[in-house]
Amino acid sequence: MSQTANPYAARDHARAQGGTVVEAMPTVPAAAADAPGPVVWEETLAPGGYASRRLARGTRLRLIDVHGDACASMLLFNAEMPTERLNVADTLKVQWNGYLGAGKLLLSDMGRVLMSILDDTAGTHDAFCGASSEASNARKYGEGTNYGPHPNARDRFMLGVAKHGLGRKDVHPCVNLFKGVRVADDGATLPEIGPFAPGRAVTLRAEMDLIVVLANCPHVLDPRPEWTVTALRATAWKDAVTAPDDPIRTSAPEALRAFLNTEDYYAR
Amino acid sequence: MPDQHLAGLPGPIAHNEVVPARAPWLHRVRRGQTLRIVDLEGNQAVDFLVYAAADDAERYSAQDTIAAQGNLFLKTGSVLLSNEGRPMMTITGTNVAYHDTIGGACSCESNTLRYGNHTKSQHACVDNFLDANVRAGRGKRDMVSNINFFMNVPVEADGALGIVDGISAPGLMVDLRAEMDVEVVVSNCPQVNNPCNGFNPTPVRMIVSEAA
Repeated sequence: MSQTANPYAARDHARAQGGTVVEAMPTVPAAAADAPGPVVWEETLAPGGYASRRLARGTRLRLIDVHGDACASMLLFNAEMPTERLNVADTLKVQWNGYLGAGKLLLSDMGRVLMSILDDTAGTHDAFCGASSEASNARKYGEGTNYGPHPNARDRFMLGVAKHGLGRKDVHPCVNLFKGVRVADDGATLPEIGPFAPGRAVTLRAEMDLIVVLANCPHVLDPRPEWTVTALRATAWKDAVTAPDDPIRTSAPEALRAFLNTEDYYAR
Repeated sequence: MPDQHLAGLPGPIAHNEVVPARAPWLHRVRRGQTLRIVDLEGNQAVDFLVYAAADDAERYSAQDTIAAQGNLFLKTGSVLLSNEGRPMMTITGTNVAYHDTIGGACSCESNTLRYGNHTKSQHACVDNFLDANVRAGRGKRDMVSNINFFMNVPVEADGALGIVDGISAPGLMVDLRAEMDVEVVVSNCPQVNNPCNGFNPTPVRMIVSEAA
């Protein structure tokens, strides 16, 4: 007899699956032996996976490129007013630089800091080329749907934002962590795709209450003919809100004004 | 004396308008029509967004456009792609070496970061975009990275970038052929704190030509 021929058998069959451990899964309740504070989120995203999560101001978010071939595409929203979101152009322009790394800020379109990059052992990131799309994946891999074997970052974002009540119009220009793009003298975009050493990490600090949306799909400029990406680990823990003498806060006049605007927003 | 700004357009003139300094502009351009933007007095940044007329959740994507052409700079032949990866407009000609699409639009809020709180009350491109978009049923969720025609944003080897002195001049132009029916939203940039307008916002001319 089938194991699922009636509701009782089907229930037992379903329950027998509990406790299965795979690489790409959340840990609930959140726990991580290697986190320096109280863990609030621990999840490994599958190749092609995505996640969206609320993080409180002060929370640290550590992303690890577990096997050296992850691509963490990221959207950020002010959780209490999601029309405020990451503005990639302002992020680059205000900081007078196009390359992300330790000490850099991710700025909103309202002149405030959404996240600071505290630590970065990768050094290869991209704020220029954005997310792959169904069209770009179809050109490279034959198809790029959410239900197929080659999901694209933009449609993963669409699902991620939808789970916080947002829609297509909220999928804004993103940043890509772990896969890099450098700019040549003539403006050409030079991809740095790897694969890299396993275990590279980026740690960010939430400077506002956030919705963070992550997609882990091959970079849009990945030259490899095969759709190739490996697991991405996300760990978040509680920590203090940025102090007045924080070195990133005081690193530049533009940074200080962005923090002052953020603190002004929370003066309530 | 013939109107030099009309030279070389493919067909009859469907629209011809001077957008005042500092003003927004919204116009529907049909598939096949060509929009010509004339930098009348030189080095006037024209902040530029495009929405698909049939579904404005489909809009210009700077990142898709950069990734597809493998270059930050917009030149003759650049295809402006939507967030769906579809061609919206093609730059069919320009006599400026390149145009920007990484610098974004100035806003009251980012001006406070870049220059100080004394600039908060100054008019800005985001307010122009919102002014035009809100009247058309769109809002802040529709604000994405834009094009800045006639604006110069070089990137140095260490990643240093910024808005520097322009490379346009009086009477230089850019022609854009619509590849689908689109709504074009422009902010004729009012910024006075950096060289994107030569510290002096000026009018620009918008000419729409029918296809040949």
